[in-house]
Parts: sequence; C-alpha cells; structure tokens
Amino acid sequence: MAKEKKTLNLNFGPQHPAAHGVLRLILQLDGEVVEKADPHIGLLHRGTEKLIENKTYIQAVPYFDRLDYVAPMNQEHAFALAIEKILKIKVPARAKYIRVIFCEIGRILSHILNVTTQAMDVGALTPTLWGFEEREKLMGFYERVSGSRLHANYFRAGGVHKDLPAGLDNDIDDFCNKFPKIIDDLETLLTDNRIFKQRNVDIGIVSKQDALDYSFSGVMLRGSGIAWDLRRSQPYDCYDDLEFKIPIGKNGDCYDRYLCRIEEMRESIKIIKQCLQKIPKGPIKTEDGKISPPPKKEIKQSMEALIHHFKLFTEGYRVEKDEIYTAVEAPKGEFGVYLISDGSSKPYKCKIRAPGFTHLQAMDYLIKGHMLADVPAVLGSMDIVFGEVDR
Amino acid sequence: MKNLENLEKFINSELTSKIKNSFIKHDCIYLNIDHNELIDVVIFLKTNNETKFRQLIEITAVDYPENENRFKMVYLLLSHEYNKRVIIEYSIKEIDIITSITSIFPSANWMEREVFDMYGLNFKNHPDLRRILTDYGFEGHPLRKDFPLTGHNEVRYSEEEKKVIYEPVKLEQNYRNFDYESPWEGTKYIKEIKKS
Repeated sequence: MAKEKKTLNLNFGPQHPAAHGVLRLILQLDGEVVEKADPHIGLLHRGTEKLIENKTYIQAVPYFDRLDYVAPMNQEHAFALAIEKILKIKVPARAKYIRVIFCEIGRILSHILNVTTQAMDVGALTPTLWGFEEREKLMGFYERVSGSRLHANYFRAGGVHKDLPAGLDNDIDDFCNKFPKIIDDLETLLTDNRIFKQRNVDIGIVSKQDALDYSFSGVMLRGSGIAWDLRRSQPYDCYDDLEFKIPIGKNGDCYDRYLCRIEEMRESIKIIKQCLQKIPKGPIKTEDGKISPPPKKEIKQSMEALIHHFKLFTEGYRVEKDEIYTAVEAPKGEFGVYLISDGSSKPYKCKIRAPGFTHLQAMDYLIKGHMLADVPAVLGSMDIVFGEVDR
Repeated sequence: MKNLENLEKFINSELTSKIKNSFIKHDCIYLNIDHNELIDVVIFLKTNNETKFRQLIEITAVDYPENENRFKMVYLLLSHEYNKRVIIEYSIKEIDIITSITSIFPSANWMEREVFDMYGLNFKNHPDLRRILTDYGFEGHPLRKDFPLTGHNEVRYSEEEKKVIYEPVKLEQNYRNFDYESPWEGTKYIKEIKKS
C-alpha cells in the first residue's frame, strides 16, 4: 500500500523576527522541504495612497518617509521629481547635490541594515552590532539636516527644506574616510565565512529571464547579471556628472546579492565624496515664491512674502492637470510615483510603485523546493521592508 | 529605433486598428487602446524585436466617478534594451471584466489583486483573485472616490470578550476638509450659483 503523502501547514510570522516586519507567510511543508509559500501581506496597510489624495502636495511628503523607513529620503525624491517635472521647476545645482548626498546616505543606511540583519537571520550576530553603530552616525546626519533621525520630511519640490548646517559637510567627509574600513571589517566577518556561504551560496537563484518576468529591480535584478541602474540609464538630478560603477552579480543567488550590496556601499561613498567636492554654493530651493515658502526674515517685512507663506501653508501650490510616472533608484530597487494631478492643490491620484511588493510576490517561486531554514535567507536577501510593501 | 517619435510611429503602424490614439509626454509613450485589444497589444510590445518592453512595472486603476466609463486602467511597461517606457491606458465600466495578463507577465498577479482589492474590478483568467492589502473579511474598495477616508469600521481589544472586536467608526471630531480657494477666484458655492 502506497504511503499517503501528508503536508504540514506552517504559519511563519506575523511575529517572527526573521520576517522583517509583519509578514504572514503560510508555508506548505513536505518534511522540511517547502512546497508552497503564500505570503499574506497588508498587516501594515495604512492607506497611504488614499491619504495622499486628501492632502496637499506639501503635506504628502512625510507619508513617503513612512514607506521604506530605512531609507526615507529616497522616496521623497521620487515624489519631488514628479512635481518638478509637471511644474517644470528648475532646481538649483546646490539642491541637486544635497539631494544626491542624502540619497546615497539612505542607500548606505538601507544596505547596512539589510546585509547585517540577513547575516543575523543565518546566525551571525556581530555584524548587526557593528553595522548599527554606523547607521546611528548616518541618522545623526539626517537629524542635523532635517531635525529628525528617521522621518526627515526634507526634500521639497524645487529643492530641499534647509541648507546644510555649518560643519556637516566636513563630518560627512570624515565619515566617508572611515567607513570603507568598517565595510572591510564586515567583510572579514561574512564574505569568506564558511557558515554564511553555506547558507547563501546557490540559495534562491534568480535567472535573467525570471528577474524580468517577475518585475525585479535594483539589486535583485543586478544580482542576476542584468546591468540596469536608473541612476545611470535614466539619470536624474546630478547623477550624470558623477562617476560610479554599477556592480552586478553572476549567479543571481543570495550570496551575489549580498556582494552587490557591499560593493554598492563602496560606490555610494565615492559618490558622496565627489558630491562634497563638487557642491557649488548658492540657493537650495527654487526662488519661485509660488512654490517654495519665503525665508522667515522676509515674512516680517514683505507683504508679498507673508501672503505667499499663508497661501502655501493653507491651500498649498496648485499643480496643473497632468499625469506622469517618475522613478528613482531606491536602495531596494525602482521606486516609482505615478501621479495624476487635476489642477487643484491635492493630487487626484498617487500610485506608489514599491520595489518590495514585486519582490515579495516571487517568494513562492524562489522558495519552492528549498528547505525551511532557507526561508529567512531568501527573505533577507530580497530586502523586504513592510512599510513600502503594505503602503 | 533610437528616439521616442520613431518608436511611437512604429507601434502605431504595426498596431493600427488597436490603438485609439497615442502621444509622447514626459519621456514616455502613452497608448490609448480599446480594452478588448489589451492582450494583443501587450504581447506585441513584449515580444517584438523593435520594442522589447519585457518588464511590467505596474498596473493600477484610476477612479473617475463622474465618467460613464468610470475606471481607467493603466499599465506601465519598461524596455531595458532600448531604455524606454510605455504607458497603456483604457477606460472601462464598473461591471466590465478585464482580461488578466498573468499568463504574459507572472508579476501581474499581485498587481491585479491589488486593483481588485482597491477598486473592485474583476479579472478573468486570474489564477488567484483574492484581496491582498486589506483585512480578512474587509468590505468595500478603499481607493474608490466614494469610500470615506476614515473607513467604516475600527478595531479595538475588548477586555470583556478577550478578543479584538470590530465597531463602526466613532470620531470625536469629523474629518475637516477646508475650502482654501481664494474668494477673488470665486468660491465653490458662488461658482455653483453661477452655473445654475
């Protein structure tokens, strides 16, 4: 008599530390082999898109910080670029450089978190402790420039909110000189580590074709050997003035994605250093009073400035009827904003294209046939943050 | 096929009857199609050697409650080879059934589920059409314009029943939507009087 095959259903999460947030993953197991994975998402759904439809363009910016909350400014960037393209705002050069500096800081923030927590998921604790010390320094830069460690609300359509405070550029430069040593240290712990390699090499392999079919972007795409980076192929702000390399992987497994992230951090440091050298002096936001609020000093003396201030913070600026899709290369992949404006001061629709959403979708395909213990490794290498997946 | 104008012309000449109109805006080709032609258009754009739009970026819908064809479906495609983007659009009624493109792009699965969840549009040939972002047992479609921002139900933990319970939303203060339009340009009520 043939033995009846029994599968076991297992709930992974929503309170599992390796689920990187609130993922409820329903696994169908045959022994230890995963036969099917069904991610249930939406436990962190806050209705961001609905809320943005009811807020003015200025009020909508902070919602973008709360999407991928480990690299907040990269999201704001996409939204700011979308408005700038519709309104044809010319952004001052200094603002462009400041934005790129902080986007790259965001990339390092995100990659440190991902690399080290992925290491923790497969059993190494030390990288997390070392990495988070550096993240704290970077969040210090965020705080000095925007007043807040995480939810910066710093980018505006037409530039940034405030200029860099005195001495910050030197401190960032100082960090850039010291940080490559930290990456080296992290690499001594992980890159040739036998356990780390056993857990990551040849796990969760994505072929080139599948990376395209499953709408992968960012490191998930580059890890599979497709040279595609929006900073290079569709450059925005000052990326076309900067020199940097795009690291790509070969095998498309978890280990290659880890290597890509490590290299990207090194490239980010180079970008920040170039920016600090090239950054010109000048205004940090457009001087069009209809878009950016006047300086405090002027409000006390100029009637026009006072009216502008009042109108901007009650009604907000209006955006002419248009529709646009803009995307930036966020640390996790292509982060896009599909914006429909109707001539009022509130967006008619703002669809947020989060890279994590499409990556997580491929969970079932990636994990099929792997062991249960590979689930955290694959999940970790996909770089999922639930703020953006659930929106 | 270097620039967008040539590519637009090429797509138009190949898909003559299927495209209602097309234009170029913000470095992107916008194609307005008939909703029955969706599959043909997507397959052509994906497989043709001159277009190679091999990646689906996003699927979404837009709600225009005042239109006869209430919803506009939007598909964003990207071609890595030619570094071009295309946006496919068509209008449909609430009761129309959309053909799923999961067989062409597997990643359409969750995107279509999201449209189903948020706008209540139905897809045929979809392998697994369930709600995705909202709660288990949720009713209504949040991104429709007639869905209230505050929603219908709120949840709390009940000490008596020892479980999380659902109650109708009770707000201390209603959501306030101010009219900031300058009186010089005419407020809404004056405009309404003028119209009538």
